[in-house]
Amino acid sequence: MNRELSINVSHFMDDILMRWQERMKEEKRERFFQYMPDEVVDKTSKEFAELMTSNLSASAEVTPEKLKEFAEKVVRFGWSIKFVNKSIEHFSDVTFETLEEAEVINDSNYRTYMKIFSDWISPLRNSIIEAYSIEWERTVSLQKIALQELSASLIPVFDKISVMPLVGTIDTERAKLIMENLLEGVVKQRAEVVLLDITGVPVVDTMVAHHIIQAADAVRLVGAKCMLVGIRPEIAQTIVTLGIELNDFTTTSTLRRGMQEALKLTNRKMVEVEAK
Amino acid sequence: MEYGSSVEINTEWDIVAARQLGRNEAKKIGFGTVDQARITTAISELARNIYLYAGMGRIEITCILQGQMKGISIIASDEGPGITDVRKVMDDGFTTSGGLGAGMPGVKRLMDEFNIATERGVGTTITAIKWLR
Repeated sequence: MNRELSINVSHFMDDILMRWQERMKEEKRERFFQYMPDEVVDKTSKEFAELMTSNLSASAEVTPEKLKEFAEKVVRFGWSIKFVNKSIEHFSDVTFETLEEAEVINDSNYRTYMKIFSDWISPLRNSIIEAYSIEWERTVSLQKIALQELSASLIPVFDKISVMPLVGTIDTERAKLIMENLLEGVVKQRAEVVLLDITGVPVVDTMVAHHIIQAADAVRLVGAKCMLVGIRPEIAQTIVTLGIELNDFTTTSTLRRGMQEALKLTNRKMVEVEAK
Repeated sequence: MEYGSSVEINTEWDIVAARQLGRNEAKKIGFGTVDQARITTAISELARNIYLYAGMGRIEITCILQGQMKGISIIASDEGPGITDVRKVMDDGFTTSGGLGAGMPGVKRLMDEFNIATERGVGTTITAIKWLR
Protein backbone atom coordinates (compact mmCIF):
# COMPACT_ATOMS: atom_id res chain seq x y z
CA MET A 1 0.00 0.00 0.00
CA ASN A 2 2.79 2.36 0.90
CA ARG A 3 4.38 1.69 -2.44
CA GLU A 4 1.19 2.47 -4.18
CA LEU A 5 0.99 5.77 -2.39
CA SER A 6 4.58 6.51 -3.21
CA ILE A 7 4.09 5.84 -6.91
CA ASN A 8 0.95 7.89 -7.05
CA VAL A 9 2.42 10.80 -5.16
CA SER A 10 5.41 11.00 -7.46
CA HIS A 11 3.08 10.69 -10.44
CA PHE A 12 0.98 13.65 -9.35
CA MET A 13 3.84 15.56 -7.80
CA ASP A 14 3.70 18.60 -10.09
CA ASP A 15 0.03 18.96 -9.54
CA ILE A 16 0.40 18.61 -5.78
CA LEU A 17 3.23 21.10 -5.63
CA MET A 18 1.33 23.68 -7.65
CA ARG A 19 -1.73 23.41 -5.47
CA TRP A 20 0.34 23.44 -2.32
CA GLN A 21 2.14 26.61 -3.35
CA GLU A 22 -1.15 28.26 -4.20
CA ARG A 23 -2.57 27.38 -0.85
CA MET A 24 0.56 28.56 0.99
CA LYS A 25 0.33 31.89 -0.80
CA GLU A 26 -3.11 32.37 0.64
CA GLU A 27 -1.68 32.17 4.16
CA LYS A 28 -1.68 35.72 5.36
CA ARG A 29 1.14 37.42 7.17
CA GLU A 30 3.74 35.03 5.80
CA ARG A 31 6.01 37.01 3.55
CA PHE A 32 8.05 34.14 2.21
CA PHE A 33 5.72 33.10 -0.58
CA GLN A 34 4.82 36.67 -1.47
CA TYR A 35 8.18 38.40 -1.61
CA MET A 36 10.77 35.76 -2.37
CA PRO A 37 11.81 35.31 -5.99
CA ASP A 38 9.95 32.50 -7.74
CA GLU A 39 13.03 30.33 -8.21
CA VAL A 40 13.76 30.30 -4.51
CA VAL A 41 10.15 29.46 -3.71
CA ASP A 42 10.17 26.69 -6.30
CA LYS A 43 13.43 25.25 -5.08
CA THR A 44 12.42 25.31 -1.44
CA SER A 45 9.04 23.83 -2.29
CA LYS A 46 10.70 21.00 -4.16
CA GLU A 47 13.01 20.34 -1.25
CA PHE A 48 10.10 20.41 1.12
CA ALA A 49 8.18 17.95 -1.04
CA GLU A 50 11.23 15.73 -1.28
CA LEU A 51 11.56 15.74 2.46
CA MET A 52 7.88 15.02 2.87
CA THR A 53 7.94 12.10 0.48
CA SER A 54 11.35 10.72 1.32
CA ASN A 55 10.07 8.26 3.90
CA LEU A 56 7.44 6.96 1.50
CA SER A 57 9.85 5.26 -0.83
CA ALA A 58 10.77 1.89 0.51
CA SER A 59 14.43 2.24 1.40
CA ALA A 60 15.04 5.85 2.38
CA GLU A 61 14.04 7.05 5.75
CA VAL A 62 14.22 10.69 6.64
CA THR A 63 17.84 11.07 7.51
CA PRO A 64 18.85 13.37 10.34
CA GLU A 65 21.22 15.21 7.98
CA LYS A 66 18.43 15.98 5.56
CA LEU A 67 16.21 17.15 8.37
CA LYS A 68 18.90 19.34 9.81
CA GLU A 69 19.69 20.86 6.45
CA PHE A 70 16.05 21.65 5.84
CA ALA A 71 15.52 23.07 9.33
CA GLU A 72 18.58 25.28 8.93
CA LYS A 73 17.26 26.65 5.68
CA VAL A 74 13.78 27.25 6.99
CA VAL A 75 15.02 29.03 10.10
CA ARG A 76 17.24 31.21 7.94
CA PHE A 77 14.31 32.11 5.72
CA GLY A 78 12.44 33.11 8.85
CA TRP A 79 9.60 30.63 8.59
CA SER A 80 7.70 30.51 11.83
CA ILE A 81 7.02 27.17 13.46
CA LYS A 82 3.33 27.78 12.88
CA PHE A 83 4.05 28.22 9.21
CA VAL A 84 6.09 25.03 9.04
CA ASN A 85 3.25 23.18 10.71
CA LYS A 86 0.77 24.69 8.27
CA SER A 87 2.98 23.63 5.37
CA ILE A 88 2.89 20.03 6.52
CA GLU A 89 -0.84 20.16 7.03
CA HIS A 90 -1.51 21.69 3.64
CA PHE A 91 0.81 19.25 1.95
CA SER A 92 -1.01 16.32 3.42
CA ASP A 93 -4.42 17.81 2.58
CA VAL A 94 -3.47 18.66 -0.97
CA THR A 95 -2.02 15.24 -1.58
CA PHE A 96 -5.11 13.56 -0.26
CA GLU A 97 -7.39 15.74 -2.36
CA THR A 98 -5.36 15.22 -5.49
CA LEU A 99 -5.39 11.46 -5.09
CA GLU A 100 -9.07 11.56 -4.35
CA GLU A 101 -9.77 13.50 -7.50
CA ALA A 102 -7.64 11.10 -9.50
CA GLU A 103 -9.75 8.34 -8.00
CA VAL A 104 -6.76 6.60 -6.53
CA ILE A 105 -8.56 6.99 -3.25
CA ASN A 106 -12.16 5.87 -3.49
CA ASP A 107 -14.91 4.74 -1.17
CA SER A 108 -13.57 1.24 -0.88
CA ASN A 109 -10.06 2.12 0.32
CA TYR A 110 -10.83 5.43 2.00
CA ARG A 111 -10.25 4.17 5.54
CA THR A 112 -7.05 2.37 4.65
CA TYR A 113 -5.67 5.52 3.07
CA MET A 114 -6.63 7.60 6.08
CA LYS A 115 -4.54 5.27 8.19
CA ILE A 116 -1.63 5.33 5.76
CA PHE A 117 -1.70 9.10 5.70
CA SER A 118 -1.68 9.47 9.44
CA ASP A 119 1.16 6.92 9.72
CA TRP A 120 3.05 8.89 7.13
CA ILE A 121 2.48 12.44 8.32
CA SER A 122 2.61 12.24 12.13
CA PRO A 123 6.17 10.96 12.61
CA LEU A 124 7.32 13.31 9.89
CA ARG A 125 5.70 16.28 11.54
CA ASN A 126 7.30 15.35 14.84
CA SER A 127 10.76 15.06 13.41
CA ILE A 128 10.52 18.24 11.32
CA ILE A 129 9.31 20.25 14.28
CA GLU A 130 11.96 18.77 16.50
CA ALA A 131 14.67 19.62 13.97
CA TYR A 132 13.24 23.10 13.70
CA SER A 133 13.28 23.69 17.44
CA ILE A 134 16.80 22.32 17.79
CA GLU A 135 17.95 24.67 15.06
CA TRP A 136 16.12 27.53 16.70
CA GLU A 137 17.68 26.83 20.08
CA ARG A 138 21.09 26.69 18.44
CA THR A 139 20.53 30.10 16.86
CA VAL A 140 19.45 31.59 20.17
CA SER A 141 22.38 30.17 22.08
CA LEU A 142 24.80 31.38 19.40
CA GLN A 143 23.32 34.85 19.67
CA LYS A 144 23.64 34.69 23.41
CA ILE A 145 27.32 33.86 23.09
CA ALA A 146 27.77 36.65 20.55
CA LEU A 147 26.07 39.04 22.94
CA GLN A 148 28.26 37.93 25.78
CA GLU A 149 31.36 38.52 23.72
CA LEU A 150 30.50 42.14 23.16
CA SER A 151 29.20 42.50 26.68
CA ALA A 152 31.84 44.10 28.74
CA SER A 153 35.46 44.47 27.92
CA LEU A 154 37.86 46.71 29.73
CA ILE A 155 39.95 48.67 27.26
CA PRO A 156 43.30 50.13 28.28
CA VAL A 157 43.30 53.57 26.69
CA PHE A 158 46.26 55.25 28.31
CA ASP A 159 48.79 54.14 30.82
CA LYS A 160 46.87 53.79 34.12
CA ILE A 161 43.53 54.64 32.49
CA SER A 162 41.03 52.06 31.24
CA VAL A 163 37.53 52.38 29.85
CA MET A 164 34.61 49.99 29.97
CA PRO A 165 31.86 50.94 27.54
CA LEU A 166 28.51 49.44 28.49
CA VAL A 167 25.98 48.97 25.73
CA GLY A 168 22.48 47.58 26.10
CA THR A 169 20.40 46.17 28.89
CA ILE A 170 22.11 45.13 32.07
CA ASP A 171 20.63 42.03 33.66
CA THR A 172 21.90 40.02 36.59
CA GLU A 173 24.05 37.80 34.44
CA ARG A 174 25.71 40.71 32.66
CA ALA A 175 26.17 42.60 35.89
CA LYS A 176 28.17 39.66 37.20
CA LEU A 177 30.23 39.60 34.03
CA ILE A 178 30.86 43.33 34.22
CA MET A 179 32.09 43.02 37.79
CA GLU A 180 34.42 40.12 36.95
CA ASN A 181 35.88 41.71 33.84
CA LEU A 182 36.28 45.02 35.61
CA LEU A 183 38.22 43.66 38.55
CA GLU A 184 40.32 41.28 36.51
CA GLY A 185 41.09 44.01 34.00
CA VAL A 186 42.00 46.60 36.60
CA VAL A 187 44.53 44.31 38.17
CA LYS A 188 45.92 43.03 34.88
CA GLN A 189 46.16 46.42 33.20
CA ARG A 190 47.44 48.14 36.36
CA ALA A 191 44.76 50.76 35.92
CA GLU A 192 44.48 53.56 38.44
CA VAL A 193 41.36 55.11 37.00
CA VAL A 194 38.50 53.20 35.37
CA LEU A 195 35.82 54.94 33.35
CA LEU A 196 32.44 53.19 33.19
CA ASP A 197 30.65 54.54 30.16
CA ILE A 198 26.86 54.14 30.28
CA THR A 199 26.04 56.13 27.14
CA GLY A 200 24.61 52.97 25.57
CA VAL A 201 22.55 51.81 28.54
CA PRO A 202 18.89 52.58 27.77
CA VAL A 203 17.49 52.51 31.29
CA VAL A 204 19.18 53.07 34.62
CA ASP A 205 16.86 51.77 37.31
CA THR A 206 17.66 51.00 40.92
CA MET A 207 19.02 47.57 40.08
CA VAL A 208 21.42 48.85 37.45
CA ALA A 209 22.49 51.66 39.77
CA HIS A 210 22.98 49.13 42.55
CA HIS A 211 25.25 47.03 40.36
CA ILE A 212 27.22 50.09 39.28
CA ILE A 213 27.71 51.20 42.88
CA GLN A 214 28.84 47.71 43.86
CA ALA A 215 31.25 47.55 40.96
CA ALA A 216 32.70 50.94 41.89
CA ASP A 217 33.11 49.83 45.50
CA ALA A 218 34.91 46.70 44.42
CA VAL A 219 37.19 48.70 42.15
CA ARG A 220 38.07 50.92 45.07
CA LEU A 221 38.99 47.84 47.09
CA VAL A 222 41.56 46.78 44.53
CA GLY A 223 43.09 50.22 44.70
CA ALA A 224 41.73 52.04 41.68
CA LYS A 225 39.23 54.82 41.22
CA CYS A 226 35.98 54.38 39.33
CA MET A 227 34.25 57.12 37.38
CA LEU A 228 30.80 57.00 35.83
CA VAL A 229 30.64 58.74 32.49
CA GLY A 230 28.13 59.13 29.69
CA ILE A 231 25.17 60.12 31.83
CA ARG A 232 22.55 61.50 29.47
CA PRO A 233 20.33 64.36 30.73
CA GLU A 234 17.18 62.24 30.95
CA ILE A 235 19.07 59.53 32.83
CA ALA A 236 20.41 62.14 35.25
CA GLN A 237 16.85 63.27 35.95
CA THR A 238 15.54 59.79 36.60
CA ILE A 239 18.49 58.98 38.86
CA VAL A 240 17.74 62.07 40.94
CA THR A 241 14.00 61.35 41.05
CA LEU A 242 14.63 57.77 42.10
CA GLY A 243 16.74 59.16 44.92
CA ILE A 244 19.86 57.21 44.08
CA GLU A 245 22.98 58.68 45.58
CA LEU A 246 26.08 58.50 43.46
CA ASN A 247 28.09 60.84 45.67
CA ASP A 248 30.90 58.40 46.21
CA PHE A 249 32.35 58.69 42.77
CA THR A 250 32.94 61.27 40.09
CA THR A 251 30.40 61.41 37.30
CA THR A 252 30.48 63.29 34.02
CA SER A 253 28.17 63.70 31.07
CA THR A 254 30.53 62.49 28.38
CA LEU A 255 33.44 60.13 28.02
CA ARG A 256 35.61 63.02 26.80
CA ARG A 257 35.13 65.06 29.98
CA GLY A 258 35.67 61.94 32.03
CA MET A 259 38.93 61.31 30.23
CA GLN A 260 40.17 64.83 31.03
CA GLU A 261 39.33 64.26 34.68
CA ALA A 262 41.11 60.92 34.66
CA LEU A 263 44.22 62.48 33.18
CA LYS A 264 44.11 65.18 35.82
CA LEU A 265 43.88 62.53 38.53
CA THR A 266 46.99 60.83 37.19
CA ASN A 267 48.79 64.18 36.93
CA ARG A 268 48.73 64.49 33.18
CA LYS A 269 46.97 66.55 30.58
CA MET A 270 46.46 66.68 26.87
CA VAL A 271 48.21 69.47 24.97
CA GLU A 272 48.06 70.49 21.39
CA VAL A 273 51.40 70.62 19.66
CA GLU A 274 52.19 73.06 16.92
CA ALA A 275 52.14 71.65 13.45
CA LYS A 276 55.52 71.26 11.91
CA MET B 1 -11.14 55.75 23.70
CA GLU B 2 -8.66 53.54 25.42
CA TYR B 3 -6.26 51.03 24.07
CA GLY B 4 -3.50 49.04 25.65
CA SER B 5 -1.47 45.91 25.74
CA SER B 6 0.21 43.75 28.29
CA VAL B 7 3.32 41.68 28.91
CA GLU B 8 3.55 38.60 31.08
CA ILE B 9 6.51 38.73 33.45
CA ASN B 10 8.08 35.32 33.94
CA THR B 11 11.78 35.81 33.28
CA GLU B 12 14.26 38.63 33.58
CA TRP B 13 14.05 39.22 29.83
CA ASP B 14 10.34 39.91 30.06
CA ILE B 15 11.28 43.05 31.98
CA VAL B 16 13.00 44.28 28.84
CA ALA B 17 9.91 43.42 26.78
CA ALA B 18 7.66 45.36 29.17
CA ARG B 19 10.02 48.31 29.07
CA GLN B 20 10.11 48.30 25.29
CA LEU B 21 6.33 48.22 25.10
CA GLY B 22 6.12 51.11 27.55
CA ARG B 23 8.64 53.18 25.67
CA ASN B 24 6.85 52.66 22.34
CA GLU B 25 3.49 53.48 23.89
CA ALA B 26 4.87 56.60 25.59
CA LYS B 27 6.43 57.73 22.32
CA LYS B 28 3.13 57.21 20.52
CA ILE B 29 1.23 59.25 23.08
CA GLY B 30 3.71 62.07 22.64
CA PHE B 31 5.86 62.09 25.78
CA GLY B 32 9.28 63.75 25.54
CA THR B 33 12.55 61.92 26.08
CA VAL B 34 12.77 62.76 29.78
CA ASP B 35 9.25 61.51 30.48
CA GLN B 36 9.91 58.47 28.30
CA ALA B 37 12.91 57.68 30.47
CA ARG B 38 10.80 58.19 33.62
CA ILE B 39 8.04 55.91 32.36
CA THR B 40 10.39 53.16 31.21
CA THR B 41 12.31 53.31 34.47
CA ALA B 42 9.07 53.04 36.44
CA ILE B 43 8.01 50.03 34.37
CA SER B 44 11.44 48.52 34.91
CA GLU B 45 11.13 48.87 38.69
CA LEU B 46 7.61 47.48 38.83
CA ALA B 47 8.40 44.58 36.51
CA ARG B 48 11.54 43.76 38.48
CA ASN B 49 9.56 43.72 41.72
CA ILE B 50 7.17 41.21 40.18
CA TYR B 51 10.09 39.07 39.01
CA LEU B 52 11.92 39.29 42.34
CA TYR B 53 9.10 38.92 44.84
CA ALA B 54 6.15 37.28 43.13
CA GLY B 55 7.95 35.23 40.48
CA MET B 56 5.34 35.97 37.86
CA GLY B 57 2.69 38.49 37.00
CA ARG B 58 1.83 40.96 34.29
CA ILE B 59 2.36 44.55 33.27
CA GLU B 60 -0.48 46.29 31.50
CA ILE B 61 0.11 49.50 29.65
CA THR B 62 -2.83 51.63 28.61
CA CYS B 63 -3.27 54.98 26.96
CA ILE B 64 -5.93 56.86 28.88
CA LEU B 65 -8.02 59.91 28.08
CA GLN B 66 -9.75 61.92 30.78
CA GLY B 67 -11.44 65.05 29.47
CA GLN B 68 -8.68 67.11 27.95
CA MET B 69 -5.97 65.09 29.67
CA LYS B 70 -4.06 62.34 27.99
CA GLY B 71 -1.81 59.96 29.82
CA ILE B 72 -0.31 56.53 30.22
CA SER B 73 -1.29 54.08 32.89
CA ILE B 74 0.85 51.18 34.07
CA ILE B 75 -0.83 48.39 35.96
CA ALA B 76 1.48 45.83 37.56
CA SER B 77 -0.37 42.87 39.01
CA ASP B 78 0.73 39.61 40.52
CA GLU B 79 -0.60 36.83 42.69
CA GLY B 80 2.45 36.79 44.92
CA PRO B 81 2.81 36.95 48.69
CA GLY B 82 1.58 40.54 48.96
CA ILE B 83 3.25 43.38 50.84
CA THR B 84 3.28 43.12 54.62
CA ASP B 85 3.85 46.76 55.46
CA VAL B 86 3.00 49.15 52.66
CA ARG B 87 4.19 52.21 54.56
CA LYS B 88 7.60 50.69 55.12
CA VAL B 89 7.93 49.79 51.44
CA MET B 90 7.39 53.42 50.56
CA ASP B 91 10.28 54.49 52.81
CA ASP B 92 13.50 55.30 51.02
CA GLY B 93 16.15 52.76 51.77
CA PHE B 94 13.92 49.92 52.93
CA THR B 95 14.74 46.67 51.20
CA THR B 96 14.32 42.96 51.81
CA SER B 97 16.42 41.84 48.87
CA GLY B 98 19.68 43.67 49.45
CA GLY B 99 18.93 46.28 46.81
CA LEU B 100 18.94 50.03 47.20
CA GLY B 101 15.38 50.23 48.49
CA ALA B 102 14.65 53.15 46.20
CA GLY B 103 12.38 51.34 43.77
CA MET B 104 8.85 51.85 45.10
CA PRO B 105 9.21 55.39 46.47
CA GLY B 106 11.14 56.13 43.28
CA VAL B 107 8.27 55.00 41.07
CA LYS B 108 5.89 57.17 43.07
CA ARG B 109 8.09 60.19 42.41
CA LEU B 110 8.60 59.31 38.75
CA MET B 111 4.88 59.10 38.06
CA ASP B 112 1.96 61.48 38.78
CA GLU B 113 -0.46 59.06 40.39
CA PHE B 114 0.40 55.95 42.36
CA ASN B 115 -1.77 53.42 44.08
CA ILE B 116 -1.07 50.09 45.79
CA ALA B 117 -3.69 47.46 46.47
CA THR B 118 -2.24 44.48 48.27
CA GLU B 119 -3.44 41.63 50.38
CA ARG B 120 -1.21 39.11 52.10
CA GLY B 121 -1.19 35.77 50.35
CA VAL B 122 -3.45 37.03 47.58
CA GLY B 123 -1.33 39.38 45.55
CA THR B 124 -0.51 42.96 44.70
CA THR B 125 -1.77 45.38 42.09
CA ILE B 126 0.01 48.65 41.57
CA THR B 127 -1.41 51.34 39.34
CA ALA B 128 0.72 54.27 38.24
CA ILE B 129 -0.29 57.07 35.88
CA LYS B 130 1.68 59.75 34.13
CA TRP B 131 -0.18 62.64 32.49
CA LEU B 132 0.96 64.33 29.33
CA ARG B 133 1.47 68.02 29.87
